[in-house]
Amino acid sequence: MLKKDVSDIVKKSKKWGWVLEPDAMKIFSLNGFQTPKYAVATKDAEALAIARNIGYPVVAKIVSPAIVHKSDVKGVVLGIKDDQTLLATLARFQKLDGFAGMLIAEMVKGLELIIGAKNDLQFGPMVLVGMGGVGVEIYKDVSLRMAPIKPRDAESMLGELAARKLLTGYRGSEPVNLDKLKKTIISFSKVMIDLQDIVESVDLNPVMCNAKACLVVDARIMLKK
Amino acid sequence: MNLKPLFEPKTLAVIGVSSTNERHPANVIFDKNNHRYPVDVYGVNPKGGKLHDAILYPRVSDIPKKIDLAVIAARAEFVPDIIAGCIDAGVKSAAVISGGFTEGGRADLQNRMVDIAREANFPFIGPNCLGLFVPSRVDTFFLPIERMIKPTPGNVAFISQSGGILVDQMIKFTQQGVGMSKAVSIGNKALIREVDLLKYLLSDPVTKVIAFYVEGFAEGEGREFVQAADCSPKPIIIMKSGKSEAGGRAVSSHTASMAGDYASFAAAIAQHNIVEAANEQELVSFCEVLSAYTKPIDGKIGIITGSGGHGAMAVDASAAAKLTIPEFSEDLKATLQKQLTENVRSIASVNNPVDLTGSAVDDDFVVCAKILGASPEIDCIIVLLLPYLPGVTLDIGVRLSQVQKQFKKPLIAYVPHVEKYNMMIDGFEMNGTPVSPSIEGAVLMAKALMRKKPC
Repeated sequence: MLKKDVSDIVKKSKKWGWVLEPDAMKIFSLNGFQTPKYAVATKDAEALAIARNIGYPVVAKIVSPAIVHKSDVKGVVLGIKDDQTLLATLARFQKLDGFAGMLIAEMVKGLELIIGAKNDLQFGPMVLVGMGGVGVEIYKDVSLRMAPIKPRDAESMLGELAARKLLTGYRGSEPVNLDKLKKTIISFSKVMIDLQDIVESVDLNPVMCNAKACLVVDARIMLKK
Repeated sequence: MNLKPLFEPKTLAVIGVSSTNERHPANVIFDKNNHRYPVDVYGVNPKGGKLHDAILYPRVSDIPKKIDLAVIAARAEFVPDIIAGCIDAGVKSAAVISGGFTEGGRADLQNRMVDIAREANFPFIGPNCLGLFVPSRVDTFFLPIERMIKPTPGNVAFISQSGGILVDQMIKFTQQGVGMSKAVSIGNKALIREVDLLKYLLSDPVTKVIAFYVEGFAEGEGREFVQAADCSPKPIIIMKSGKSEAGGRAVSSHTASMAGDYASFAAAIAQHNIVEAANEQELVSFCEVLSAYTKPIDGKIGIITGSGGHGAMAVDASAAAKLTIPEFSEDLKATLQKQLTENVRSIASVNNPVDLTGSAVDDDFVVCAKILGASPEIDCIIVLLLPYLPGVTLDIGVRLSQVQKQFKKPLIAYVPHVEKYNMMIDGFEMNGTPVSPSIEGAVLMAKALMRKKPC
């Protein structure tokens, strides 16, 4: 059974074919996933209040039903340190196609991973884990399994990655909390089974993993037609 | 649904036999079973008449005996009614050879026969297929006996969506000494699908390896199949076609783009302990090795060779296949060195691969295989055998097979497959040791043994 909040979001998003980022983030936080602090502003005063509450530096992202790939329109600005840059960014976003708001979020540090899912016709929900970020389809360092993901599957998925050494700390870099990461993958696979009748594919990209936690920094949910 | 009558019929009705057209597929099926298999065969034709000396019955219900398996080779539009007639007459199962259903735009006919059969819990294979071949039991393939190679009875079952691929593989299995327990062409798989046959074969005492040729699964069917396969103690192998993605599909998420149909297929089957054969050569090799050795290995390979070049090629192929070629301990090297014959003791290399050189004799190969057989440092032996070496005799196959049985450690041989060496190859294969015609093939056989342990 879907929680009412989740089915309300899905109902509202149906007309766009996908779920806007703030709503997608909400679906995952409702399901117990950790996210950075965030809120959405449409006006200057709201943006300033949110940034004050979170504390600089912040990241700003365009929210628009017309823009699925935010980076393509320079719709993601990282490391904003002052009010002036924040407001200039908001002013630019307001001119973008379908502007519905600016998501302002806490900056988090960690290894950029992707956790994704696709509803396969023959095999049902499939879960993908790999190195995330904008270059995900260039390096294609990912591994794939059928949901539900058992602990041994999560273990072997990470073992398959070329970048597995980065997870355990490479040349002095901080190791990732593997236990949290495996738990995140397993609970993500459960959510995908719950949502399989509604969802076509999901990208959590990036999921930022550090020594303490794995945080869902961006979520894209594509709905079934 | 009871599938036993399909595989072990005592009585067979062939529906659609012609009294005028000798080459009608139904006549071929009638003739080959009538003369060569331990089944009572009855021909059915609505006009009655005779075929040779046999009476043709107008309807299946006219046959004086209860029928276990009806082979239906009549025109598509008559088939749903024929199925209904079979059910009324107490026939226990059917193989529908006829084409002209979904593949010919008549999904309605196919749906009707599925509805009729499902309501009566009546199993049928097909339509649009060759049906079944079970050695020494039954053969519903409409291929004249003189054109077929008769497969050796054995423990490999092969299920195929394509009849043509099935027959080709049966020929290749026979050529490589792989014995078969069952061969089933499932065609449109309207009612009985891969997963149903998988479940049946998992409990079939004759079958030890289950292989499939799959073009694709219907919605949700892949999931059902891999879940049924997951804890199988019997090795399951799939060869897949249709791996290339349909072009131009708009994909709006990274995950959907990277987890295409084939990527998902490959990931799901590997996750559930199913071995994927990339091509026909792998399929035959995997079936051969997995029917000989069912226990999974970790992949620590010891190589014994009569030529350094062969050893180097095998090492490269092993690395690509993620097998390890461990360095031998000093103790093991010393033992090997001590036991070699005078011929090669001073010139052989006792590292891994053990290079016995072209001066080696049978005894050198056998003694090395015994030492590696007893050593915990490796869990599988590959012997690269050059039949043209003067010291190697025809006895080598049976002698190495004895070592393999004595130490219960898989041994795989490479011997070039030319007619001249057949007797040497038989020495291995007829004594239960798999032989590959290529170095890479021998390595792939070892790789196939690296399955996960069944849960």
